[in-house]
Amino acid sequence: MSESALSIKNLKKTYASGTEALRGVSLEIPAGDFFALLGPNGAGKTTIIGVVTGLVNKTAGSVEVFGHDIEREAETARTYIGVVPQEINFNPFEKCIDVVVNQGGYYGIPRSVAIPYAEQLLKDLGIADKRNQTGWSLSGGMKRRLLIARALIHKPRFLILDEPTAGVDVELRREMWTYLKTLTSKGVTILLTTHYLEEAEQLCKHVAIIHKGAIVASGTMQDILALHDEDTAQKRGYRGGKLEEVFLQLTSEK
Amino acid sequence: MSPQQKLTSFYTIVRKDVVRIFRIWPQTFLPSIITSVLYFLVFGKVLGGRIGEIGGHPYITFVVPGLVMLAVVTNSFSNVATTFFQAKFFARNIDEILVSPTPPWVIISGYVAGGMVRGITIGLLVIIVAAFFSPLPLTHPFIVLLFLILSSLIFSLAGLVNGIYAKSFDGITIVPTFVLTPLVYLGGVFYSAQALPPLWQKFTFADPIFYLVDGFRAGFMGFSDISLGVSLSVLGLLTAILIALNWYLIRTGLGLRQ
Ligand SMILES: Nc1ncnc2c1ncn2[C@@H]1O[C@H](COP(=O)(O)OP(=O)(O)OP(=O)(O)O)[C@@H](O)[C@H]1O
Ligand SMILES: [Mg+2]
Repeated sequence: MSESALSIKNLKKTYASGTEALRGVSLEIPAGDFFALLGPNGAGKTTIIGVVTGLVNKTAGSVEVFGHDIEREAETARTYIGVVPQEINFNPFEKCIDVVVNQGGYYGIPRSVAIPYAEQLLKDLGIADKRNQTGWSLSGGMKRRLLIARALIHKPRFLILDEPTAGVDVELRREMWTYLKTLTSKGVTILLTTHYLEEAEQLCKHVAIIHKGAIVASGTMQDILALHDEDTAQKRGYRGGKLEEVFLQLTSEK
Repeated sequence: MSPQQKLTSFYTIVRKDVVRIFRIWPQTFLPSIITSVLYFLVFGKVLGGRIGEIGGHPYITFVVPGLVMLAVVTNSFSNVATTFFQAKFFARNIDEILVSPTPPWVIISGYVAGGMVRGITIGLLVIIVAAFFSPLPLTHPFIVLLFLILSSLIFSLAGLVNGIYAKSFDGITIVPTFVLTPLVYLGGVFYSAQALPPLWQKFTFADPIFYLVDGFRAGFMGFSDISLGVSLSVLGLLTAILIALNWYLIRTGLGLRQ
């Protein structure tokens, strides 16, 4: 059996407000995968990521990262994960280089080691010239790239990206996808959420579609595309990529 | 994480805060120094002569340790309460640490150490400024240092509890105004507890700042209202309670994890 980067079993989450965000989600992401977690707004994608990264307390179920339970072996599990959150959450008054270097510090990487690598990451992501500017002064797309650099500083084996391409222009989006592909080719496992289904269709190996806190389909990209039902698409008048039509077929309320 | 890595994480948290504290010194150090100078002028030059001596020392010598404590306590408290609250409320950058393997006790230590650096620095600055206005016998320097550290430690921990619990910006201004200030003023900064009527004395004994001021003052003047052993026991117990409370809060994620 191949190693799992992420193994989620029957995960449930009810927020204090009473919202049942996850109703028993199970997911398996093999090591080295490029995995897309898709779903409409409010489906529970960010909640899953929150639980995996330790920002949201689960109500029930179990989560393991490379075989390490996220609660019992939190320290080990977290060293494997790098996360790019949906919302920008760096201190806007900090310089870009400091945002990345300090993040390294929280993973136990001394400054002397973190600084050169952070500079390399800023360069790879095309924001080297913003090194000494505050995060505040970056454009929206540059902020996202800073978040990616920050997530990579401790060389995580498992990179989680929550809508990394939201608000990023076409050309940069392509560059970002290419960058992510080079990461997977180096053995990094990637889990991402996105609303750009065509890109996901082209790039991702496995997909799960979540709707109202439950997985409605999961498998290889081919498995999911095979669910395509020409009749429904015709009847409802969908016109888009194949994955997009399957997505609508499974999640549309209309 | 290895101990070495934990140390790096701790250093990262503290360094970030200390760099900030020293960069914005007009906001972090200057206000307390100005207020202290004003107090020294009023109590030393204007009122002091009319009040007379306490225990063979001029009134201002009696007041200085209290005013130093006032500065240490308020600065330590507000530093930790504010930085922590901002990190969780505005940019939500506390998540940077929460997703990392840094254990809760290192997070607590880091924030508290930042508050202590600010509190102890301001304490030393106010002592230096005071020396220009008042004779300052340094009878037991070790005790002075010990109480300086204890006071900044206790109120940094208390500030962290406040920062964790606060749900809005008001939450971190209410406590200093309605709890901290009365505690400071009733804690014997300006008078000896022995001068109070018995009922008020009882209130004073319930005020942690009283023990800090009393012990700190003993370091300078060599006498105190109550024994140092009692003060240190009370303060030690308080420190333990605050550490336990913070550890529990961060571990269970109250106010941090959804
Ligand atoms: N902190 C919170 N408190 C209460 N309810 C929440 C909280 N965060 C999310 N929810 C609710 O949980 C459900 C799932 O939200 P989540 O953010 O996981 O969706 P999502 O799939 O990431 O959506 P989007 O594509 O819009 O980002 C929603 O109904 C949302 O309102
Ligand atoms: Mg989301």
